[in-house]
Amino acid sequence: MEPIEVNVNGLVRGSAAGPNDSLLDWLRGLGLTGAKEGCAEGECGACAVLVARSDGPERTRWTAVNSCLPPALAFDGGEIVTSEGLGTAGGAGVAQELHPVQREMADRGGSQCGYCTPGFVCAMAAEYYRPDRQPAGSEGPAADHGPNGFDLHALSGNLCRCTGYRPIRDAAYALGQPAGDDPLAARLAAPPPVVKLTRSGPGGSGPGRSAPDASGFVRPGTLEELLERLEQQPDAVLVAGATDVGVERNIRHARPPLVLAVDRLEELRGLHFGQEHIEIGAALTLSEIERGLDGRVPLLSQLFPQFASRLIRNSATLGGNLGTASPIGDAAPVLLALDAVLVLASKRSEREVALADYFTGYRRTVREPGEIIRAVRIPLPLAPSTAFHKIAKRRFDDISSVAVAFAATFDGATVTNVRIGLGGVAATPIRARATEDALTGRELTRESAAEAGRIMAGEGTPLDDHRASARYRAAMLEQAVLRFHAENLPDLEVAR
Amino acid sequence: MKSLADRPVDPVVGLTVSHESAALHVTGAALYTDDLVARMSGCLHAWPVQAPHAHARVTALRAEPAMAIPGVVRVLTAADVPGVNDAGTKEDEPLFPGEVMYYGHAVCWVLGETPEAARLGAEAVEVEYEVLPSLLTLTEAIDAGSFQGGQPTLSRGDAAAALERAPRRFSGTFELGGQEHFYLETHASFAYVDEAGQVFIHSSTQHPSETQEIAAHVLDLTSSEVTVQCLRMGGGFGGKEMQPHGLAAIAALGTVLTGRPVRLRLNRTQDMTITGKRHPFHATWEVGFDDDGHLLALRATITSDGGWCLDLSEPVLARALCHIDNSYFIPDVEVHGRIAKTNKTSQTAFRGFGGPQGMLVIEDILGRCAPALGIDPTELRRRNLYLPGQSTPYGQPVRHAERLRDIWTQLSGRADLERRRAEVGQFNATHEHTKRGLAMTPVKFGISFNLTAFNQAGALVHVYKDGSVLINHGGTEMGQGLHTKMRQVAATALGIPLAFVRLAPTRTDKVPNTSATAASSGSDLNGGAVKNACEQIRDRLAEVAARKFNIHPDDVRFVDGRVTGVGFHDRDISFAQLANDAYFQRIPLFAAGYYRTDGIHWDSSRMQGEPFKYYSYGAAVSEVEVDGFTGAYRFLRTDIVHDVGDSLSPLVDLGQIEGGFVQGTGWLTLEELRWDVSDGPNRGRLATQAASTYKLPSFSEMPEELNVHLYERATESGVVYGSKAVGEPPLMLAFSIREALRAAAAAFGPGDRPLELASPATPEAVFWAVQAAREAAADSSAAGERTVSAGLRDSGDVGPRVSGDVGTETGTASRPRGEVPSAQPSSSAPARSRRR
Repeated sequence: MEPIEVNVNGLVRGSAAGPNDSLLDWLRGLGLTGAKEGCAEGECGACAVLVARSDGPERTRWTAVNSCLPPALAFDGGEIVTSEGLGTAGGAGVAQELHPVQREMADRGGSQCGYCTPGFVCAMAAEYYRPDRQPAGSEGPAADHGPNGFDLHALSGNLCRCTGYRPIRDAAYALGQPAGDDPLAARLAAPPPVVKLTRSGPGGSGPGRSAPDASGFVRPGTLEELLERLEQQPDAVLVAGATDVGVERNIRHARPPLVLAVDRLEELRGLHFGQEHIEIGAALTLSEIERGLDGRVPLLSQLFPQFASRLIRNSATLGGNLGTASPIGDAAPVLLALDAVLVLASKRSEREVALADYFTGYRRTVREPGEIIRAVRIPLPLAPSTAFHKIAKRRFDDISSVAVAFAATFDGATVTNVRIGLGGVAATPIRARATEDALTGRELTRESAAEAGRIMAGEGTPLDDHRASARYRAAMLEQAVLRFHAENLPDLEVAR
Repeated sequence: MKSLADRPVDPVVGLTVSHESAALHVTGAALYTDDLVARMSGCLHAWPVQAPHAHARVTALRAEPAMAIPGVVRVLTAADVPGVNDAGTKEDEPLFPGEVMYYGHAVCWVLGETPEAARLGAEAVEVEYEVLPSLLTLTEAIDAGSFQGGQPTLSRGDAAAALERAPRRFSGTFELGGQEHFYLETHASFAYVDEAGQVFIHSSTQHPSETQEIAAHVLDLTSSEVTVQCLRMGGGFGGKEMQPHGLAAIAALGTVLTGRPVRLRLNRTQDMTITGKRHPFHATWEVGFDDDGHLLALRATITSDGGWCLDLSEPVLARALCHIDNSYFIPDVEVHGRIAKTNKTSQTAFRGFGGPQGMLVIEDILGRCAPALGIDPTELRRRNLYLPGQSTPYGQPVRHAERLRDIWTQLSGRADLERRRAEVGQFNATHEHTKRGLAMTPVKFGISFNLTAFNQAGALVHVYKDGSVLINHGGTEMGQGLHTKMRQVAATALGIPLAFVRLAPTRTDKVPNTSATAASSGSDLNGGAVKNACEQIRDRLAEVAARKFNIHPDDVRFVDGRVTGVGFHDRDISFAQLANDAYFQRIPLFAAGYYRTDGIHWDSSRMQGEPFKYYSYGAAVSEVEVDGFTGAYRFLRTDIVHDVGDSLSPLVDLGQIEGGFVQGTGWLTLEELRWDVSDGPNRGRLATQAASTYKLPSFSEMPEELNVHLYERATESGVVYGSKAVGEPPLMLAFSIREALRAAAAAFGPGDRPLELASPATPEAVFWAVQAAREAAADSSAAGERTVSAGLRDSGDVGPRVSGDVGTETGTASRPRGEVPSAQPSSSAPARSRRR
């Protein structure tokens, strides 16, 4: 157990936390029981809180995250606002002062049982304070946006079982802009606090989730220190947003011997636009990449909204998504189609590995003990025709049963080059090589697409599971080619 | 004496007010059971030891290794139970089982200083099992003859003969899936021993009295020695009607044995793997129509999957049978009901309580048969709606049946049905890969507990000398807005502003022997009781005021916190002053209120009677869009007209309608419970036991346009302030979504033959329906009566799916139309007169 200090709702709160205590555990231990555990895996958002994160060099962005996932120790020195800090309900001797978000939610019937509400309020407040949120112009709001510029996807990581969402949407769309004297809006003009280089060694013990003498937590100050520690303890687990590690801890009760926090390491947080490639730091969050790229990689722009909810994208990183080597991570198929290259670093060396050569088996890769993913490189120029198809039960925030990414170059209607990345149909993400071969050098027509679709249906070794049947997965591969044809058809016909 | 339904002038009921806890919800200040733990020191945490077998005998259980784990305080086993080792009311739910009945069944519980210590302790407990054969699917259980409970039959007339005579006959089978409640707040109990040995249990329970009774019988205490309080629940939906009892009993047992507060909160995985869900059903059916599409007869066997114990399966089945007619008059009916016993969680109450399942059977029949009858499904449904004077198969006249057609007509207009039908046709004609579907379905839902005795309620109302009012009643708040409505009822009955009225948490030492807050009855029953208590006090106060004003008590008026006389313009006193005066005249300012529902009766052995006080009506039109590449869909627009009587609280009722509709949509589309039915080591394991694998509707499932209209001039006589119940009925409005999906899928083909759609209609299920429709298009030579079932077989591993055989028309082939002997006693006329 390690005493940590976090600014919570404007007050510095000090209390001990163990390496396996989530931020949610720690907050509730303080008596701040507004944030709730609904699912413990970042799906429901009942635990959402606001974190002060950097927004460019000198500014802060209120960023909503699931507090059930990250370790509390990672917030030592940080700054957090919970639903309690946004406003007060009133009662014995306390005046009612609701935040505009809370007021809209309360007045419009946005809460019924109220259990998900504090999380909704925090996710909504983050969007309320989004610096670039602008009311819609004369052309009207964009899809899934309110007239006030509110992006409904900001709430896609929050589940409500009672209301059916309509009143929550209405509350979100009714919000104005923050008042001039709003302290949380004013707070954005200064940088966030610098988190502490916390370390909590094995040897501590206490009442949290941690078994005595079992786990450690270290936030290295430099990449060099990180690689040094990893060299010494190769079974240490790297944590950035903890969107996977947190689930392992909460659901499967994984208790890693050492957690190394990498989310603030500047060496892993670069975004560089070169002549030959774009390099994306492995510890940038998906939301940060999204903002930094600003549409420059259209296939990634298609990926982001479908990758996961905003709450998750505010924490999850490409390093984590590729580091776990999940066969159903959505980034891999897209990055395969983009022919991405990973930069792997260890204490001894740095090397480049094509993503297509990176996966070796179910959750296994060429990454060696002591080696980390430092960055992802996307070669330039980009293929001009791209598509990402995610097949899942739910349209927002679900895990793929099949994911398909295309990146193709046409000469007229003839496919001169195509790369197809697949997720969910084999032990690893794979390239659909046979289908690529069948399409390359041919005109993309209804007939050639049908033929390639039949080949595509045989790619990989899809399984039956609770998400989908093997038969459906194979059918979805076939249909993906037909759709790719249908969606490119107007252009091709013009070319012809 | 004024009737229960009459409202005074300017009533507080009917006003649009926010949920009474809204400000607490949005600030995080609202307390739920588990939030109390942080406020009490020295609390122990409970963790279950869950069996990894679907069916097994416990041959040995060694707790000693757990006790070696630091922080483990005690392992609770059957030997610790001072009273009855049973968590239910049917004596078939051992709290500590010697025979494991489902995968994840808790065989014992470990108490630890921390959740981690308790978890590690549970891992260390050594249990030996003798694995036994298990039954998982409904069809396995049916084939094995594994049933539990009664097997009632609902019948009227002679269905066999009527089928024989029917010009158009179809038969088929249908399987529909269950549903996880997924209340955002998982089950939680927090127990401690209070003063003088009193056991105090905070529980997230819809049925505090039964939680109290079961904790008492486990502990061998009287009910008076156990108090259960429910502050509020983070959702219930029926999942906390029976399921909390055993968990509360464990916490109570732990606190009695250790002398320390014990917290038992299931995490999501435990909640999903331990507690019960909505019953899946299997149905085989034969139906007969006349040539105009009027239903003539239905003969069916419906089998629910009750899981491992009886729980509430019998009343759930009764309600399913009582709702298999939905809104349709079926002259001759013979429906057999059975409850399968399987090695799964105990299926239990879930919003609608079997009603949705029964109704889904007839809606599926109509949706499948309409193309074969050559009648538009919406018209087929309209044609069969109950008419005034007709009765249900169980013999209850359908009062206000005219509202069904009135709602249907109103809704057609509000939804602009005809124009949009043309637009959908136009869209489908011009889009190869995307099709839209439009469907309209009705709801008729009976209100009251089928079991007559449960239809009673109590309340305790206090007026203090300063005029403030505190009300207690037997109902629990789970988000449905019951407490909001009860405050409005009390304010209306006492003629005071809403702000005067506070509501105390539900607890068994305030109002005893309560019914579950269930069956949509919360405000009908408790509202009647609160009103009764308030009126007793008001009548006493009226006498005090009458003396003061020198008028007759009947002429005293209570308006907005002031008390005056009829016709007065310059004399009044404040409600607070009157309360104070009454105190000094030694007039009691508190009262116990009571309500019992009049005029209902039910003979469960004959399945006949008038079990429902009234029916709740509604209808919905939904438009959806289906992607032909994947089967994925979007819900474009839904219009609803729903009958809530004269609403007690319109914002609350609107929330119930919309929320119920979306929850029903989840059940019928995304929400799919998959169990491992393989013969592997995880046989019986719930494969969808987390939010990541069991998908609730999110924003993306809300219709892009949702218009809800409360049916007007709908006063329900005999119910508190003319209102109607609203909790469950709107869930079934979601049938419109499912039927719209069927229509959209059919639009990928010729649309002139039965199209099966599995339930839930996941994108995968819709894709297979689309493929079936496309194959039908390719196979143009097929005759109308041929089944269109290609692609609908289950892929094999887990879960309920639609069966392969479909609405096969059975009558027409052997008997040419026009030669049907049954033509003379046509359709519904004789049966109607029989039932009048």
